[in-house]
This record gives sequence, structure tokens and C-alpha cells, in this order.
Amino acid sequence: MADHQGVAVYGEVKDNALAPITAEGLGIGRKLADALKQELACVLAVGAGGDALAKEAIAAGADKVYLVEDPALADYRADAAVAVMEKVAGQVKPAIIILGQDDIGRDLAPRLAFRLGTAATLDGTELEIDAASKRLLATKPVYGGNALAVYTSPSDPQIVTIRTKAFTPLAPDASRQGEVIKIAAELDEAAVRTRVVDRVTEEVAGVKIEDAAVVVAGGRGMGSADGFTQLEELAKLFKGAVGASRPPCDNGWMPDTAQVGLTGKIIAPELYIAVAISGSSQHMSGCSGAKTIVGINKDAEANIFRHARFGVVGDWKKVLPAFTAKVKELLAK
Amino acid sequence: MNIIVCVKQVIDPEAPPSSFHIDAAANKAEMRGASLVIDPYGEYAVEAALKLKDAGGGKITVLSLGDNLQREVVKKPLAMGADELVLLEDEAYRDGDAYATASALAAAIRKIGEYDLVLCGREASDSNAGQTGAGIAELLGLPCTTLARQIEANGNTVKVSRVTATGYEVVELPLPAVVTVSNEIGEPRYPTIKGIMAAKKITPLVWKPADIGLEAAAVGAAGRRAELCRLYQPVYEGKCDFAAGETPEEAAAALADKLRQAKVL
Repeated sequence: MADHQGVAVYGEVKDNALAPITAEGLGIGRKLADALKQELACVLAVGAGGDALAKEAIAAGADKVYLVEDPALADYRADAAVAVMEKVAGQVKPAIIILGQDDIGRDLAPRLAFRLGTAATLDGTELEIDAASKRLLATKPVYGGNALAVYTSPSDPQIVTIRTKAFTPLAPDASRQGEVIKIAAELDEAAVRTRVVDRVTEEVAGVKIEDAAVVVAGGRGMGSADGFTQLEELAKLFKGAVGASRPPCDNGWMPDTAQVGLTGKIIAPELYIAVAISGSSQHMSGCSGAKTIVGINKDAEANIFRHARFGVVGDWKKVLPAFTAKVKELLAK
Repeated sequence: MNIIVCVKQVIDPEAPPSSFHIDAAANKAEMRGASLVIDPYGEYAVEAALKLKDAGGGKITVLSLGDNLQREVVKKPLAMGADELVLLEDEAYRDGDAYATASALAAAIRKIGEYDLVLCGREASDSNAGQTGAGIAELLGLPCTTLARQIEANGNTVKVSRVTATGYEVVELPLPAVVTVSNEIGEPRYPTIKGIMAAKKITPLVWKPADIGLEAAAVGAAGRRAELCRLYQPVYEGKCDFAAGETPEEAAAALADKLRQAKVL
């Protein structure tokens, strides 16, 4: 479809700045746009601060910024976001739209695809342009990460969400030049059927799991909430964070925000210590970006050891205290 | 409240990864020796529906699409406490993508007619597509929210607490609406003996594409909008360096030493 050109990244705002996922989107978007020899745009549908955000987006790789600034867009509301993106997509006609695989993109991307009558691929971990067809090839984990699938869509725009931390942002370059084009939101409030009643940030003590350089995580084999106190002790030595696979969260041993996995947090720490975690594909999807994975599990055949660089086969109740003591000793040196 | 819950029959995602194989020629996955189950996220959606029924009464209709649906599998939500079962079962429904599947489910929901709330799992454990619920909402023109961790009915509206990266947000939707459910809703209940007996007596309605007003060419593989080019298994090096010792404590200390040598510590 020659009438659709270029790559557009849906911009997200976090703490009044461009969200990391958007910089990652612009990073891979730049590569795709270059492969197509077309432009990279960032769509900023924001409540305020558009000019500063637009500069950030240009520094992060965008050739153009489509700025839709309206107080009604201050907080994410699905109906409003779909309507704005439908309007922008109709006007700009991008060949590819990139969103983040987070609570916004997961909500917005499929809605937008169905609204526009096209297909979306969610949770892309690799994106490339097919040399012959010039179509987007989007690779995503399926079967809980047991397999990877490559999808393509014959209709435009080709919509894709990207996994957090799967793509590298460009180093911000303030000298980059770009054009800012303002588009009016013209929102029909009557078409926004949902109302956000409350937004709650659950405070976590210490380092956030997404930001921690070291994450110590426990699984079903921890047996109870008590075991996680011991993981906390080890994590503290590294100024790290404690995570969990799904069962400890489902059992209430750990808060849901600590869940690492395909449907939880996707993290990429320097060091990931998996204790009593079998290493299901679902879980590994959340931590396989870690630089070094260490497994402690009593089952030598556990899947975690297929991913771990280092490991100990043994009961965590015996291994962990001794490991923590030795780490403490080594770090003190 | 009348609730429709969409569930999918999948190969058991809890089966060990070693049983997972791909038929490269057919671009299809199989789990050798693994059984068929209701998709876990669909079960969370069933649990969400049952919680609403516990609180305010109503009827739960379970809707499933597929080919060769095992009755003992798709009847599990009935055994958990749902009331009716509608199956979109035909060879023509096979190998659909999110678009084809949502289109057929939306057509069936239209035919069921009386409903206040449509619930789906946040994504299925096999395709991990995460689009069916949102797609149904768009096709039916209904309000929608995703990733529910709690749903509270309140007359003509529902209040949905949805999972966000840093906590949660509470969204109010007018009914009828579509909501997708995340695992934070709480563990699905087990079927009771009474429920299993009751489920046995329920005969599902089976609808072919023509029954929901769709051409065979609009469903399944023929109705796809996304093409699957390739399906493959990632290869892991599996070079784990095991720390050893006479006792678990010695092995633990040896592990810390290894990490220090590798400059990880």
C-alpha cells in the first residue's frame, strides 16, 4: 500500500518526560524507517508540556513529531486515545505504528487495529523489514515463550507493540533537527464512555524491580511468605530488589507488582538469582534479558538450569543462608 | 447480571517445556503427552464471572470457539458454576487469528443477545495474542477495559480495577461492556462434585458459521488479517556451570566464589 509511508511511534509520558519505552520504540523505529528509506515520526497525544516532549522525541530519533496537546489527554483513557490515534493515522497514514507492550499499549494497540480494520502483533521482541516485500516482520513469543512466531500483515498500518527493554534507544542527540506538526484533538467527550475513578501507585520500599541491577527472585518452592524474608536479606547486600514467579504472587506471599514473567514485569538486570524457581517459559520471558542468571534449585533437571550461567543443585533452605553469608564476606573485601 | 465468558481450549501450558515440539512443515505446535485444558486466563475470567454472580446473582454463559472441542474440557466452567455453554465448533473456525476469532465471537455474542458484560482472559496461553477482548469490544461498539484485577457491579455500571506498571487504576464503564481479566483476580475455584454432576446434564449449543450469520470465508484461517510466516523454538545454550561441594553449604560458598571469579560479584 503505497499511500501509507513511514514509521510512527506512539509516545508515552512518564514523570513529565518521554517514557523509556518510547525511546526504545524510536530506537527500533529509526532502524525500520532507515531500512524503508522513509521517515520516523513520534505521535505525542498529551495533556501538557508538548514542546519539551517533542524536543526529546526528536533527540531520540524522530524526524517529525505529530503533537496533539489537549488537557483532555492528560491521563490515558482508552476511548480518547483510540479516537486520537484513529484521527492521526487517517491524516498521517503511517505504514507502521509502534506502541509499548505495557498497560497502555496492551489496551490501545488491539483496539486501534480493530478500529482501523488491520492486524496488530503484540509483544514484539524482534522487528525487521523484509527485504523483498518491504513488509514488517514481527517476532513475538508464543506458547508462553516456548516458541517464537514471526508475523506479517498485508494491510496498513501494520501495528506492533514492543517488549520493554527488548530494543535499544539511541543516545539522545539534542542537535538533531525535526519538524513539529500540531494536530487538534477535537475529542468528542460523549464518545469517551469510560471514567477513570482512581489511580493508585503502590509504593515499593527500596529499589524498584525494573530499575534494580540485581534481582533475587523466589518461586513456588519457597513454600511460604517467610522464605522471601531471606531473599530480602540477600537482595539488600546488593542493594537489589526481590521478585517472584507467578505462584508466590497468586498465593499472596508476594505482592502482584513483584511478579516477573510474560504477564508481569519484564526486567533486564545485571544479575538475576532465581531461587526455587523451576524456570517455566512464562517466567523466563520476564528475566531472560538478565546479563547473568544464577539458579538455585533442588531439581537438577529444572528448566532454570537451561538458562542459568551458574547454578547449585540443592535445597534452598540449606544453600541460601550459606550463599548469603559468603556473598556478604566477599562483598566486604 | 447476564455475563458471557469467552474461554479457549489449549494444550496445557503447565506441561514441561521438554514436551513441547513444533511441526515445522505445518507451522504448528504440539505438546507430546500433554493434555488439553481451558486456557488459564480464561479460567480467571470464569472466576471473575462467578465472583460477580456470588455477589449479585445472574446467569453465566460460557462461549468457546474451536475445532474438536473436548466436552470434558469445555464443560469445566460449568462444573465451576457457570450456567450455559455455547460452542462455535466447526473445521472452518480452525487456525484463525485474533481478527477471525474476535469476529466469530462477536457474531455469537450478538446472537446470544441478552448480556450485560463480556469477559475474556487477558491473553491466551498459546497464542499470547492479547487481542480478542479488545477486538470484540471494537466490533460490537462496546466500552472496554483490560487487565482486570477486581470487578464490582453497580447497577448499570461496573467498576474495574486494572493492573498498571506501578499499581492499579479504577475505571468505571457503562454496561454492556467488555472486560479482560488478569491473574490478579484470584485463583479460580475448583469444580465441586455437585457442579460436575450439573455440568454433565447440560447440553451445549453448537453453532456453525452459518448459524451466526458468517460465511466460512470470514472465519478461521480464511478470515485472518495477520499471516504467520514462521514458528520456531529458540535454542538455549544450556551451559550451566554448577558449583559443587560435599554439603549444600559448601556448594553455596563455591557458587559465591565462582561469581566473584567471573566478576559478577
